[in-house]
Amino acid sequence: MLIQEGAAAAFHPQLTGAASVAVRILWLIPVVPIIAAGIVAVLKQPRRRLAAGLAIGSMSFSFVLALFAFAHVVASWASGFAVRETVNFAWFHIGNEAVAMGWILDPLAAVMLVMVTFVGLLIFIYSTGYMAHDENFTRFFCFLALFAGAMLSLVISNSLLLLFMSWEIVGLTSYLLIGFWYHKPSAAAAAKKAFMTTRVGDVLFLLGMVWLFAETGTLLFYNHGAGSLEGFALGILLTQHAGLGLTAAGAIGLLIFAGAVGKSGQFPLHVWLPDAMEGPTPVSALIHAATMVAAGVYLVARVFPLMQAGAAGIGTTAAFGSTTALEVITWTGAVTAVFAALIAVAQDDIKRILAYSTVSQLGYMMAGLGMGGIAVGMFHLITHAFFKSLLFLGAGSVIHGSHDEQDIRRMGGLRSAMPVTFVVYAIGMLALCGFPLLFSGFWSKDGILEAAHGWSLSKAPFDLLVFGALLTAFYMTRQVSYVFFGRWRGHGHAHESPRVMTVPMCLLAFFAIALGVIGTPAWAWFRGFLLNEPAAVNFAAFASSDLLMLMGASTFVVFLGIGLAWWLYGNRSPAAEEPDKLEKAAPWAWAALRNRLYVDEIYEVTVLAFFHWWARVADWLDRRIWGGIVAGVAMAFRGWAQLNRLIDTFWVDGGFDKGCEELSTSGGLLARAHTGRVQTYLRLLALGFVVLFIVLIWSSRP
Amino acid sequence: MTPLTAYLLVAALLFAIGLAGALTRRSAILVLIGIELMLNAANLNLIAFWRYGPHPEFLTGMMFAIFSIAVAAAEAAVGLGLVISIYRHTQTTDVDQITRMKG
Repeated sequence: MLIQEGAAAAFHPQLTGAASVAVRILWLIPVVPIIAAGIVAVLKQPRRRLAAGLAIGSMSFSFVLALFAFAHVVASWASGFAVRETVNFAWFHIGNEAVAMGWILDPLAAVMLVMVTFVGLLIFIYSTGYMAHDENFTRFFCFLALFAGAMLSLVISNSLLLLFMSWEIVGLTSYLLIGFWYHKPSAAAAAKKAFMTTRVGDVLFLLGMVWLFAETGTLLFYNHGAGSLEGFALGILLTQHAGLGLTAAGAIGLLIFAGAVGKSGQFPLHVWLPDAMEGPTPVSALIHAATMVAAGVYLVARVFPLMQAGAAGIGTTAAFGSTTALEVITWTGAVTAVFAALIAVAQDDIKRILAYSTVSQLGYMMAGLGMGGIAVGMFHLITHAFFKSLLFLGAGSVIHGSHDEQDIRRMGGLRSAMPVTFVVYAIGMLALCGFPLLFSGFWSKDGILEAAHGWSLSKAPFDLLVFGALLTAFYMTRQVSYVFFGRWRGHGHAHESPRVMTVPMCLLAFFAIALGVIGTPAWAWFRGFLLNEPAAVNFAAFASSDLLMLMGASTFVVFLGIGLAWWLYGNRSPAAEEPDKLEKAAPWAWAALRNRLYVDEIYEVTVLAFFHWWARVADWLDRRIWGGIVAGVAMAFRGWAQLNRLIDTFWVDGGFDKGCEELSTSGGLLARAHTGRVQTYLRLLALGFVVLFIVLIWSSRP
Repeated sequence: MTPLTAYLLVAALLFAIGLAGALTRRSAILVLIGIELMLNAANLNLIAFWRYGPHPEFLTGMMFAIFSIAVAAAEAAVGLGLVISIYRHTQTTDVDQITRMKG
């Protein structure tokens, strides 16, 4: 339990006692979509309506349950109780150790549950329109439902093990859905790339998990004082030193963070996320923008006590003590935010721009977690989930409406052809840019900037993040002016998408604006809810000159970015072959950005070259050394066998054959006596008697 | 030469004649007659040993001989039956032709 200083003096968080109904039925939230996925998996392909109905129905059910759980948490919080209810059970025993599993209901989980189920539900509905003509419609919904179930189980898990297992299942569904159109070689390659890149982080995550279990003997997060994130276990972890000035807590935290780096596409493992756009657009929206990639951020938020262990002055933004782990998270996030935003400037694929933007925004979330704590990072996660899935659905609508064209240079003027898409896309774009006051993105991004400004260790992350904000405004304006302004440069006629696609987008657009309300400095409801502080409307918060200065600066930066981009690209409708304005100005820099700052190429000549070399070495070892030994042994046995054969043929068989021959000959001789004539026998008998008689007489002679 | 020796010589002669008949004759009937001769040579021996043995007053040798003759009669009947049966089967009583016992 985080005891908040300051405000906590007047407001004592307490655990509620007996498990409530909300937490006892919490397990249904992930299980129902998983069952739906299982049923859809065995449906025949033509049963489209049933498949979509099952997936959407299960998701609606989960959404209602999530709302119920959320309401329960909010109600308890409002009446002064901090909810952290868990249901734990022993999964199996190894020797004397019990491996425990469990689920948890706390504000963090409740917020994520509502976000995932709501965004998921809208994207499911949207998908029925987007995928309407795909022959593998049922398979798509099977994967989507499985993903949703695994993601929800990740959110509610109270055990790092359960979380890890769900983490791997969402990784699997991500793989399956990126490679959904597996007949495209690029999609199959992207799926493999995503799976293997995230695996790098996952291995480190697993190591951290094993280490945590070795130190504390439990993987449960909270277990009435005996969990791994509670005081006792943290105390043990803080006394262990792991080298490099890290405590065990910090080292384990960093290993777990490595998993988050892989999943959340942080530098340097971000390379898979832009390629993941090969998947269907609803998948990009749900998995690669709103939920799965945010799972890394959620993971860091979930194990935040581990990251924060040992820091002085926990709590408020102003006096936020930092640890090595949090510093690493901050720097990774800040670098990623700018790095990806830079690349996004020079991309021409509508989804790739959004993908780099997602990487960049995930960097913001990480930086926010590192410098401002759970509330700051998670608020950006939630608002981003809404406006980024909105942008992706908008991009899907644009792609759908302009006949599967993804190159923004071959679009243009869609403002009049797709008015609804234009309006919601503009809302999403302004929210992403952080357009002042009206949009949720402004408030969540401002929270991060404010935390960065207050960070005591360095001002560099603040500068990086402000620059990132400028770039964000720039590339989004560039994209929007290419796509929606100027004249139509594609082929055929663009058309507006059906209502089943536009209605979910309108709902998301509403929340892209409305969610800002719960996170403004004047009414820090979200922050209070997550940190168990009371939230009250207080417009005096704006009176702080620092805050006003920050808001002013960020507003200026956003307007600067939008203005610059509009000045360069607005309403110009250049031909697709024409070089970009910036390319003319700085061809060298443009080429570097366009080629994604050569990260893939660097991996190609370092990591991949090493692996290729290593594979060749292993191949050589296999062929020459091991193969030689095996062939030698085989030769030796073959020679031995030949020798045995010779002995057998000429010695054993020869002796045996001779014996048989002799036996046969003597049998033939004896058979001659066997004439069948009674008198011959009798004669022999008589002869025998005579001989016997003579012998008797002879021997009885005196 | 005691009378016993004379009897035994006669019996031996009789046995030799019977044996020669049984071994050399081709007709199954004559073979049977040879066997009967040998049996009777044995009977003559039994009577002679009884008559010149230690207790001629008991009729043991007589009993032996009568039993033997009865068995010989039964054996002759079985033998003749067999011969008739073989004759019906093979249309001959030449024992050289009958080689069915060869496996």
